[in-house]
Amino acid sequence: MRPLSVVVRTGCDFFAWFMIVFGVNIVLHGYMTPGGGFQGGAIIATFLVFLLVAYGGKKVLSWANETIYEILFEELGLLCFFILAFLGLNNSFFYNFLAVPLGTVSSGILSIFPSSGTTALMSVAVGIEVTGALSLVILTMFKGIRLFIQNPPEEELGHDR
Amino acid sequence: MKKTIFIVAAIILGALVCGALDNIHTFGEPGKTPMDDYFLANSLKTLSTENVVTSIVFDYRGFDTIGEAAVLFTAVCSIGAIFREGRGKH
Repeated sequence: MRPLSVVVRTGCDFFAWFMIVFGVNIVLHGYMTPGGGFQGGAIIATFLVFLLVAYGGKKVLSWANETIYEILFEELGLLCFFILAFLGLNNSFFYNFLAVPLGTVSSGILSIFPSSGTTALMSVAVGIEVTGALSLVILTMFKGIRLFIQNPPEEELGHDR
Repeated sequence: MKKTIFIVAAIILGALVCGALDNIHTFGEPGKTPMDDYFLANSLKTLSTENVVTSIVFDYRGFDTIGEAAVLFTAVCSIGAIFREGRGKH
């Protein structure tokens, strides 16, 4: 894809970062407002689509690092989710061992976590995982488009100009 | 011969499905709601989760969410397998 016009790129510069802020907001407040890990992660992954449409494939592929999405996001998110699930195995699988019932005040090191316990932490973990997964899908499929063209031309195929 | 068996089996299956639908409750009027009442009453009280949907997804029915994460992981793996570079060289 060729980069789009200056107007689109400037708009992307302005608004692409707000997508991340909005998505992180939804992920972090997943335990008390509508939304959660999956929805917020999908919104954060939209950031890469924004850049891909506005700036074209060549630049985004030079910016984006697939290893970060693979290791840091996908695997870290999944591992956090599974570890949190197994930590409650003292009582039962997926036991919410960090939850503080309404009306009581938590003390000590537990007070740094939200009072809903593993629900909020799992929401964050799933948000990280979905972000990595959807960004990886977009990057891999965009790279794969070129594999199906018989004789790829030097210039990139585009929809603008 | 095969066709006859299939037709008979389809008729029997259809009759069973119709028999199961006979006892269904009317739309918009759920029959018994003890589980829903439990979720609505206890998600804020014991888990202090204001969003009941999140408390169901990540706590009460967390095992389903593991399945969802596995589905997403499988999708990413299969897309990587289809679109990876060096396809067709082997």
